[in-house]
Amino acid sequence: MLETRDLKKRFGRLDVLKGIDIRIKSGITTAILGPNGSGKTTLLKSILGQVRPKSGEIYFKGQPVSGKWEYRKEIGYLPQSSNFPENLKVSELIRLVEDIRGRGDRKNHLMDIFNLNPSLGKRIKNLSGGTRQKVNLLLTFMFDCPLYILDEPASGLDPVAMLGFRELILSLKEQEKTILVTTHIMGLAEEIADEVVFLLEGKVYFTGALRDLLAHAGEYNLERAIAEIMMKQHGKNSEIQLV
Amino acid sequence: MVKILKYSLFDLFRSRWTVIYFLIFHLASWVFLYFGNDLHKGMASLLNMTLILVPLVSMLFGVIHFYNSREFIELLLAQPVRRRDIFMGMYAGLAGSLSLGYACGIGIPFMVYGLILSAEIFNFFSLIVAGIFLTFIFTGFAYFISMLFDNRLKGFGLAMLVWLFMAFIYDGLFLVSLLVFREYPVEKLAIFLSFLNPVDLSRTLVMLKLDMSALLGYTGAVFQKFFGTNSGMIISISALTVWAVLPVLGFLGLSNKKDF
Repeated sequence: MLETRDLKKRFGRLDVLKGIDIRIKSGITTAILGPNGSGKTTLLKSILGQVRPKSGEIYFKGQPVSGKWEYRKEIGYLPQSSNFPENLKVSELIRLVEDIRGRGDRKNHLMDIFNLNPSLGKRIKNLSGGTRQKVNLLLTFMFDCPLYILDEPASGLDPVAMLGFRELILSLKEQEKTILVTTHIMGLAEEIADEVVFLLEGKVYFTGALRDLLAHAGEYNLERAIAEIMMKQHGKNSEIQLV
Repeated sequence: MVKILKYSLFDLFRSRWTVIYFLIFHLASWVFLYFGNDLHKGMASLLNMTLILVPLVSMLFGVIHFYNSREFIELLLAQPVRRRDIFMGMYAGLAGSLSLGYACGIGIPFMVYGLILSAEIFNFFSLIVAGIFLTFIFTGFAYFISMLFDNRLKGFGLAMLVWLFMAFIYDGLFLVSLLVFREYPVEKLAIFLSFLNPVDLSRTLVMLKLDMSALLGYTGAVFQKFFGTNSGMIISISALTVWAVLPVLGFLGLSNKKDF
């Protein structure tokens, strides 16, 4: 479904991606994990064409995506920050996106799940962070796409919305949609991910099935496994600094 | 692109600034007409105001609009839309609404004053054309500059410098260079130099039409002598068109390489 080959990106003097090779298989959910600043968002933004990689190539359904835009019709993207034009009302924002992408078939269903009907007439700037995130989810999932790319989808959600979100993802998994997700909530990753890509300082540290990662770190849950890997890495770095 | 243009216009018409811009030109036109009591003089005064205020507002508003549309841009970039269409739509929406504010702002008072029945209608038309050209040119500059710098302060600083240079400093340098080289035939140099500044070009365009030799200035006089009124106008309009296209090509080029 999606593949990157030797993807590199640098911002100024900072190498953010140092040659990323990943293959995202069709019909499964892949979690991209890693500490802050490991390049997760940059990787997702490169896939979407928002960030222009320095070198390397990205393939979607076997076709290189560089310089193209049509492939985004098949991707539902949930950005990390739900910054929308502040002066628009929620209903206007939905209409704008529908104007571009066509009718959102699942709109009403999602509005019920996230209880968004009371917010439709409000301006974006008057919404709370959690409600903005619900609008963000609505804009992403109201369209039926083969691939969803979700950058920290659960941030700021209250428990009820979180429950709705989990059910939504599980139903998409049943429909064999491909999902690529970054999250810091390890419980969520553990629950929904089939495969894991672990990024560390702009490189792929581990890629494979979730249980293999656990075995690799010798831990029984994901949170501990990730923490173990990060601490090991941190220890290695400080040793180097000491020498 | 049309959809983005639509939403951009929609957003701008709701903002107070476009209305204030319209009101400023509206009031100024009434004041000039009321005190000057003459269409011709009113137009000359308005021209001077246009040459300073239109580039300033287009520049400022362009930079503010671009930096404030960051979220809008991010939202659109994730959608199946071409980058070029996003920025062209936003640019056309902004320059279009400013042009409309300008044209209606000065158009309505002059119409009410009896412009249509007078022989001045074509002169007035050249003033409107010059103002619209300046709007598109300087909005383009503003987009180019804000695309170049993510830092707002740098963007604003450079935008104001470019405006100051085009509206005031250039004229000074121009005069000095003519004085320094006064021993030589400087006409060709003067014509060449006037092509390098869209503000000068707009002044020449309107002055040629208004036929106010006292106000033509050196460039205008040389222009008229060199090209005659009609071809002078065609040449200045062509040069202004080039000026309008250049910054657009520039910001489209930058947008292609930029990370968001």
